[in-house]
Parts: sequence; structure tokens; C-alpha cells
Amino acid sequence: MNTQAYLPVQPGVGMEENFFSLDDILLSQERLPVRTECAFPRLGFLEKSSDSQDIAEGTKMELPLWLSKGLYERKRRILSVELPKVYREGWRTVFNADPRVVDLHKMGPYYYGLGSQMLHFDSPENPDIAQTLLQTFIGRFRRTMDSSQNAYNEDTSAVVERLDCLEKVLFRSGQTGLHGFQSWEKGQASQLTASSLVLNYRKRKITDVQP
Amino acid sequence: MFCEKAVELIRELHRISDGQLPAFNEDGLRQVLQEMEALYDQNQADVNEAKSEGRAELIPSIKVRHCCLLRDQRCVTAYLYDRLLRIRALRWEYGSVLPANVRFHMCAEELQWFSQYKKSLASFMRSLGGGEGLDITQDMKPPKSLYIEVRCLKDHGEFEIDDGTVILLKKNSQVVLGVAWDILSCVCVMSVSLCPQHFLPRWKCEQLIRQGVLEHVVS
Repeated sequence: MNTQAYLPVQPGVGMEENFFSLDDILLSQERLPVRTECAFPRLGFLEKSSDSQDIAEGTKMELPLWLSKGLYERKRRILSVELPKVYREGWRTVFNADPRVVDLHKMGPYYYGLGSQMLHFDSPENPDIAQTLLQTFIGRFRRTMDSSQNAYNEDTSAVVERLDCLEKVLFRSGQTGLHGFQSWEKGQASQLTASSLVLNYRKRKITDVQP
Repeated sequence: MFCEKAVELIRELHRISDGQLPAFNEDGLRQVLQEMEALYDQNQADVNEAKSEGRAELIPSIKVRHCCLLRDQRCVTAYLYDRLLRIRALRWEYGSVLPANVRFHMCAEELQWFSQYKKSLASFMRSLGGGEGLDITQDMKPPKSLYIEVRCLKDHGEFEIDDGTVILLKKNSQVVLGVAWDILSCVCVMSVSLCPQHFLPRWKCEQLIRQGVLEHVVS
């Protein structure tokens, strides 16, 4: 098993984001439907549908999560945030019925991450959203774990493409563990190997040279 | 929307998940810093106007630009920090001398950081083992024996072992260097064309194996 020397900053857990985590930065790039509760003078260029110089009060538009979080206040004087479709009652019923059949990658690759972040916006449905997120994860976890521990040298893309990002990370670490165990069983654990980083650099150098 | 370029920098790194270091995106960084300057200037102007003319309705827009500034700052610092993590990994996986094509991807400050990291690591390693020093970048997998068999994968030129004997590492040489050193000098000449593997002290070749020059033969 190749020991990993590159240890990137992991995404935050639950409602917290990690400042330096690349995953969290990309997660907070997701767009949310919002409604402006006041006017934004001189920022009209952010809103594609109208030509005015300002954004009027009561405009419905989409803003990225990071901006929504930054502007949001409890009293809702500046912004009110709507729930994306996937977290509303309709979809929640589907998830509660059978979480295993849903293609979570299509539902927004960051289903759990974005759902946890939505809890920042004081929706009255927060307890239900949180509950659905949890139950969905619990429902799907068993299958993810099973397939990651039993798919050795197989094409796993059919399974992986329906997983959300969090589940993909879990799946990958399950696979790493499985491969490590298998190589130990074969007696390859004590064999010194070239660093995968070095090999990748070399591969890249060759492709760079070729026209 | 603001901060698009900043997020592009992050995506660039996120795409390469195996820890390789892409080229330093000096252009992209400069564009982000320019955007930050422009946002800051606009906000300064608006704040002055809000204060002097009592135009409180400008405040939400000021808040928006401020959020964008914070976002740009987050993306830039995360970009630089993740690159440092990759550069640190290079010391552990490659060793202390980096090949030219990797060094080419680092900016001047990153090269400086790398050499300081090397120094810190070296002085730490020297302080271990009661002042005798211990190379902790070796033996990443628990060793099973003092000597190991290796096969040479690339031409690496001459390689000197502790007692001064020099071995020529040529591609595909499977040279028997007997463990008994007095036989060694006779065998050496015949070595390149002849028989199986080099038997070398493990700790000497660990780095060469990691760099892909030698291959550990497990029989």
C-alpha cells in the first residue's frame, strides 16, 4: 500500500466548512434560488434578466452559496433563501421511501454537503431536512460499504456514478483498504515500490514531449 | 458574478487529485488580485459616499463586494496552501533533489519554501537517535532483511557502496554482486552481461527504488 504523502485539507463536518478545503470551496460555489429583500444599487450587472443599473427589491435570482451565507441575516433584511428542489417536501418523501435507488450525483453532486449548509438559513423545515439527510445516508451506507469492500479489480463506474461526493470519498477509501489487504495477502506488502507520484510525473513528461 | 477566476484556480488543483503539482498560475493569480483591488476601490468610494451623503441604501452593495473580497482571499490562500502541501509531499516521495521539470512548476517563493522545509526536516532528523541522526524518510515499509535484490530499470551510471566499491547501474542489468565483497571485484567486470540481480544494502537503494530507477525483486 502506497503511503500517501499528499494530505489535502478535508471538507468540514456537518454545518461547518473548512476554510482551506478545496472541496468546501467548490461546494459553496453551488447556486441557490434567493429573493432580495432590499435593493442593491450599482450591482445590476449581476442580474442577467434585466438591464437596470441596480438590482431591485424583490428580485428572484440565483446566487452562489458563499454569497448567500455572507449576506444572510436572521431578520431577513437583505436576502431570503429558498430551498432547492431536492430538499423540499416532495423529494424528501422520495428519499424517505427508498434512499438506495436515487442517483445522488444527478441530484447535485454535493447532496449531503449542500443540505447541511442549507440549515444555516433558518427554514422552518430544518428539522425535517436534517432528518432526511441523516436517514438517506444511513440507508445508502450499507450498500456503499459492501460494494467498496467486495469489488476487487472490477469496473466500479456503474456504482460510483450514482454516488454523491461524500459517498465517493468513502468508497475510495474502502477500495484503498481492500487493495492494501489483498496486496498484503499476496506478500507484496514488504515489496518496496516506486512512488506513484514519481511514476505519474514520468508519464506526464512523456505525454508532454509527444506532439 | 465575481470571483469566477478565483474558483477556476481551485478547480485547477482539484482536478489533479493524486498530489501532482501543476504549473504556477501566475496569470490567474494576478487577475484575482486585480479584481480584489477593483472591488476594494469601489467599496471605498461607496463607503465615503454613504457616510458623507447619508446614503444608507448603498450598504447592501458594499456588503456584497466585501463578501466577494473575502471569497477571493479564501480562494487565493487555499490555492497557495494546497500547493505547499503538494510540494511538501515531493520531499517525502522524491527526495531532496527535485527534477528540473518539477522545479519549473514552482514559483521562486515556493522554491525557497522547499529549501527551508528541507533544512528543517534535515535538522530534525539529525537531532534524533541521541544526536546520531535517523533518516525517517527511509523504511516506509517495515524492512524484512538487510539486503535486497534489485533489478535496474534505467541507466543510472555509477553507484558507490560504503566500502568504496562502485557499481555500474545499467538498464536491465541483473548483476550479481555477491555478498562477500572479495568475490565482488572479480565478478564486477563480468557483471553487466551475466547473471541475476544486484544484492544491495536495503537502505542504500530505497531512494532509488522510490524514484523508479531500481526495481525490488521479491522471489
